[in-house]
Amino acid sequence: MSLFDFFFPKKPASALVAKERLQIVLAHERAGRESPDFMPRLQKELLAVVAKYVAVNEDMIRVSLGKAGNASVLEINVEMPAGERPLLKAKPVPA
Amino acid sequence: MSKVIVVTSGKGGVGKTTTSAAFATGLALRGHKTVVIDFDVGLRNLDLVMGCERRVVFDFINVINGDANLNQALIRDKRIENLFIFPTSQTRDKDALKREGVDRVMAELRKEFEYIICDSPAGIEQGALTALYHADAAVIVTNPEVSSVRDSDRIIGILASKSRRAERREKPVEEHLLLTRYSPERVQKGEMLSVEDVKEILSVPLLGIIPESETVLKASNTGMPVILDPASPAGRAYEDAVARFLGDQREMRFQLPERRSFLRGWFGRAAT
Repeated sequence: MSLFDFFFPKKPASALVAKERLQIVLAHERAGRESPDFMPRLQKELLAVVAKYVAVNEDMIRVSLGKAGNASVLEINVEMPAGERPLLKAKPVPA
Repeated sequence: MSKVIVVTSGKGGVGKTTTSAAFATGLALRGHKTVVIDFDVGLRNLDLVMGCERRVVFDFINVINGDANLNQALIRDKRIENLFIFPTSQTRDKDALKREGVDRVMAELRKEFEYIICDSPAGIEQGALTALYHADAAVIVTNPEVSSVRDSDRIIGILASKSRRAERREKPVEEHLLLTRYSPERVQKGEMLSVEDVKEILSVPLLGIIPESETVLKASNTGMPVILDPASPAGRAYEDAVARFLGDQREMRFQLPERRSFLRGWFGRAAT
């Protein structure tokens, strides 16, 4: 490091910031792109089943497909109305 | 064997038409019978870049509607043998390129030409999808800039899912990255994404680097594909890219800033 650099420290190069931002946003977008077509239907049918037993509405169930290491994870979150005991929890399935 | 090559990018203004014109001209210069098609219905510009705007009589839509046959619409380039331009229409009906019509025209072109270059419109709407549908290979034109890289990633995803090859579960469309408007000086200063950065992010094999160059504007001003300008660094870079596409080994030029000699810096303006 020269004396000049010591007195005038460089800001991080903007290209580096660009690269990092792109890597984050693209990782997210690629995951979304790969989600299979059946997801909305699966969510609807699961809701119908859960609704048979517990009073839930559309906003209270969330289905998503993610990744954990080499395995795909199908995550199903059901928000229970106050006073009910939860019936379902996140459940991993092999890829 | 004929090969359909789509020149695409998602984002507008990155150099698709410039690339289509240069690439088609380069292939024809190497002796291959080539046609370059404008898929940008309503915003026709390939004719201007190729310098044949006053010779357009019939266009893509006329041929699809059966008002003209292919040979009436194809414009033979006056400079290069084996090079033909297929202009599109200026109609405002964006969906004028009907699927069956395009299929029929492409099949006919495949019989006549070795290379069919499809100049895609920007975006990911019907026009862009039609342009990439028949592709065997894709040249993904990208600027070293965040929005262009992101849009290229999107179009790569679409090539893998919406092309005819994807639909028929055939061998996937061959992908080639072409980095345009590259400025080695700015990369060195850390102001611009480098070739390595873009390659790493998109993970598509690199076909070429086209340096930012004033000669590109000069060439389009006069309707001459930039590859025909012997003094243009961009033209030389396109020539390299075409050679690589055809399987030649070429050193990747224009990655580092050009060294200017003292005298040239003082007395002459370097051709940039």
